[in-house]
Amino acid sequence: MQAVASFKRWLFRLHGPEPAPIVLTQRRVYVLPTGAGLAYAAVLGLMLIGAINYNLSLGYALIFLLAGLGLVALLHTFRNLVQIELSPGRVEPVFAGDLAHFGLQLHNRRSQGRSAIGLHFDGQEAIISDLAAEATTSIGLPIHARKRGWFRPGRITLETHYPLCLVRAWSYVEPDMRCLVYPRPESSAPPLPLLATGDSDGARAGRGTEDFSGLRTHQPADSSRHVAWKAVAREQPLLTKQFTGASTMQVWLDWDALPTGLGVEARLSRLTRWLLDAHAQGLAFGLSLPGKAIPLGQGARQLQDCLEALALHGS
Amino acid sequence: MAARRKSLPLARNQELWLLACAVLTLAPDVEHAPTWLAAVAGMALAWRATIWWRRAALPPRWILSFLVVAGSAGVFLTYRQFFGKDPGIALLILFLVLKLLEMGRVRDGLAVVFLCYFLLLTHFLNAQGLDVAGFTLAALVAITAALASLANAGLSATANLRLSALMLAQAAPFMLVLFLLFPRVQGPLWGMPIDAYSGMSGLSDTMSPGSISNLSLSGEIAFRAKFEGELPPKHMLYWRGPVLGFYDGSTWRAGPRQAKVSLPDTAPGPAFRYSVTLEPHNKPWLFVLEMPGSLPPGAILSHEYQVLSKTPVRSRIRYELKSYPELVQGIDEAAASIDSHLRLPANNPRTRALAGQWRRESGDGEAVVHRMLDHIRQERFFYTLTPPLLGENSIDQFLFETRRGFCEHFASAFVFAMRAAGVPARVVTGYQGGERNPVDGYLIVRQSDAHAWAEVWLEGRGWLRIDPTAAVAPNRIEAGLASAVPVGEPLPFIVRADLSWLRQMRFRWEAVTNTWNQWVLGYDPQRQREVLSRLGLREPDWKAMTAIMAVLCGLLLLGLTAWALHKRARHDPTLGAWNRLSRKLARVGLARKDWEGPEDYARRVALARPELGHGLAAIAALYIDLRYGRLSGTEARRKLRRLVADLNIPSRR
Repeated sequence: MQAVASFKRWLFRLHGPEPAPIVLTQRRVYVLPTGAGLAYAAVLGLMLIGAINYNLSLGYALIFLLAGLGLVALLHTFRNLVQIELSPGRVEPVFAGDLAHFGLQLHNRRSQGRSAIGLHFDGQEAIISDLAAEATTSIGLPIHARKRGWFRPGRITLETHYPLCLVRAWSYVEPDMRCLVYPRPESSAPPLPLLATGDSDGARAGRGTEDFSGLRTHQPADSSRHVAWKAVAREQPLLTKQFTGASTMQVWLDWDALPTGLGVEARLSRLTRWLLDAHAQGLAFGLSLPGKAIPLGQGARQLQDCLEALALHGS
Repeated sequence: MAARRKSLPLARNQELWLLACAVLTLAPDVEHAPTWLAAVAGMALAWRATIWWRRAALPPRWILSFLVVAGSAGVFLTYRQFFGKDPGIALLILFLVLKLLEMGRVRDGLAVVFLCYFLLLTHFLNAQGLDVAGFTLAALVAITAALASLANAGLSATANLRLSALMLAQAAPFMLVLFLLFPRVQGPLWGMPIDAYSGMSGLSDTMSPGSISNLSLSGEIAFRAKFEGELPPKHMLYWRGPVLGFYDGSTWRAGPRQAKVSLPDTAPGPAFRYSVTLEPHNKPWLFVLEMPGSLPPGAILSHEYQVLSKTPVRSRIRYELKSYPELVQGIDEAAASIDSHLRLPANNPRTRALAGQWRRESGDGEAVVHRMLDHIRQERFFYTLTPPLLGENSIDQFLFETRRGFCEHFASAFVFAMRAAGVPARVVTGYQGGERNPVDGYLIVRQSDAHAWAEVWLEGRGWLRIDPTAAVAPNRIEAGLASAVPVGEPLPFIVRADLSWLRQMRFRWEAVTNTWNQWVLGYDPQRQREVLSRLGLREPDWKAMTAIMAVLCGLLLLGLTAWALHKRARHDPTLGAWNRLSRKLARVGLARKDWEGPEDYARRVALARPELGHGLAAIAALYIDLRYGRLSGTEARRKLRRLVADLNIPSRR
């Protein structure tokens, strides 16, 4: 198996991630007949025997035209794939076990469109897309993210059977892409360990959810519950209501506070669940991991930082 | 992934494509397939179309299995076998329509397309004319478009057809190379089923009243001849076919084939060299101008001077030979052979009596011949395509009662009378005359030119041709059948003399057809060698042909690859003008930098060369409007081009 794999790597010139943009030059587009193509050849063979047997001169012409058509199909299929430019696009982080969508930009420089180009990661569902002439098409290529951490999806197969299904042209690319995979949130986790952390002195009083204190410009991360809809109704820009509350709920998520019997992944999983819950409830939260601590904070950015820390824990 | 793609369900437009292809492919089969099969196929297609229209479910598998078994049984009952041409075609038709009823996935669609391609080939078993070729090409474009739709259901019908036509056009050079150079094998590869050659018409080796006049109703071409130099005069155009020496009272038959004879070394009189392109007629005889002076390769000459091929003529063949019209054969005919040419059945007493009387009165064979011809000339005989039916003593009836007959009546009566008078005689069938096509110079001989004449043997002079028909209807020989039969007789449409513009059209069409036959349909191993040696390939064998074929196909593939890799960025005239400006200014060291926008560039140039500032600002503004703004149209583009061209850059002092 090892030998086969290394032979394949040598044959298809696979040398790990490549810098963008990747151009499918003619040397990296491969063509072979499909099963249907082989059946087509077999049918032509039978027809040739018939034409010889019955001395059908016009039959020869028909068979030779169809044989030519097969060769032309080879070139057309090759042409459909060659010289596509491919560059990596956005990749949103996902939770382990979910589908990660790797954004790809396919650029077609040619003044004719390309049809039915399929892309897929090894063993994954293919996305079939048409590429318009002189245009860039964006697609998100799905793959299951199984483990937390940085996920490199490996090689992508681009393939096409267009225009006659008789020939398959394909190419392997490995763009330099990675996706951050957060730990999978535990499905039945104990409730959040809410703390009325000893801040009765109010020194840390900051933004809370209780008393209205003013308006500020809306930011995308702000919860829609805090949008000043009345202001919107007066045709003012989106504003966010700010609150103060001395008794802001805070949650401190501590690795060491978890039960000792829990394994590493289970701990990360539970912390992920708690982070999500805390964020959903609009709480301020902080995280402490062995060797790393993230101070209390709030909002989407804080959530991202914490999740990233969990994802990359131990790496 | 590949397997998964083929098991995708078919889209509605793909189904429609496949259905249309099947209808188109099966249309020509209606004429040749058994009626029940045509009906079944029609119903199956209608059923499938209804399913498509109503978006209904496909029939369950057990119905299809039943139809396969029942249909195959029907084919077997019709033909009593599964092998051979006709049952094979019937099975293909059956499978195609049943596959359509089962068709739900892309994989089934591919099978339908391949079956359609195969069925296109089978049409050639019935006809290979230009019309069939044209139809096949149209069907090919449609089927290939259907195949393209299987690869991408999203394309429009026009786009599919255009793609298919483009691909077939690109495949045409390959076809030409392969057609010319693919080493041809003379078929068949194995023994053919008996049904392979049904439906060929032509002269048979028996003759009874009505057999030739029936054949004369056909305007089909029997063969074409191309003479080197002048055409022989009409009265020499006797194309010798089966020689019939045995008479049983109603039918003339050929004798048993006896030992072949060799050709004479020398011959008197003029010689004609010509080639004959014979249509297949499933009989061994080759038609030659009387009398043959050479033989085509592989042919033999019977003792009756009939040229025979070793196998029945089952495909169009071409042979070259030479003839001596004045050659006389049989001067030293064996006594046994002469005796056999005197045998007669014991009927037709009145004819016997008359002939005996002539013999007694004249004494010598030649005089008897003349008495008989005079008799035919002087009595009121009629030459007609529609003679009355004759009874048992048919020759008596013809000579003394009806006196209306076609060439076989005259020849038969003449030979009978000669034998009765003791003059050895026999019937010769073949064709007489022909029509020269002014377009390509070929002499066209049709079934309507079929003829029968007589030969008599005279001591010391050999076998002499006597045509009793010429005595009653000299026009038949000089001007053809149309001028010899009375007006109103059911002549084949094609030989009627009264439609001259139609004749011209026909001549042209037949010249085109002949070229097609000679160069496309008649491209056999022999023709291939001929053509290739004319192209400068000495001694072409299959190795050389294959090598050249591979090289040429490789070159074609290279050309196509170049086309496939060619980057055709669309030329933008606006951008072109803008780049031209930059090139123009590059001469004075003011080329546009890659990162420079139009306004920045104009400003920089204006700083460096204030005298250009005004013109450049106008160009930049127009360019921005054209490329990024709402402005468009050829007028504005032309203005930009003009501004760029008119920009005068004085070189620095």
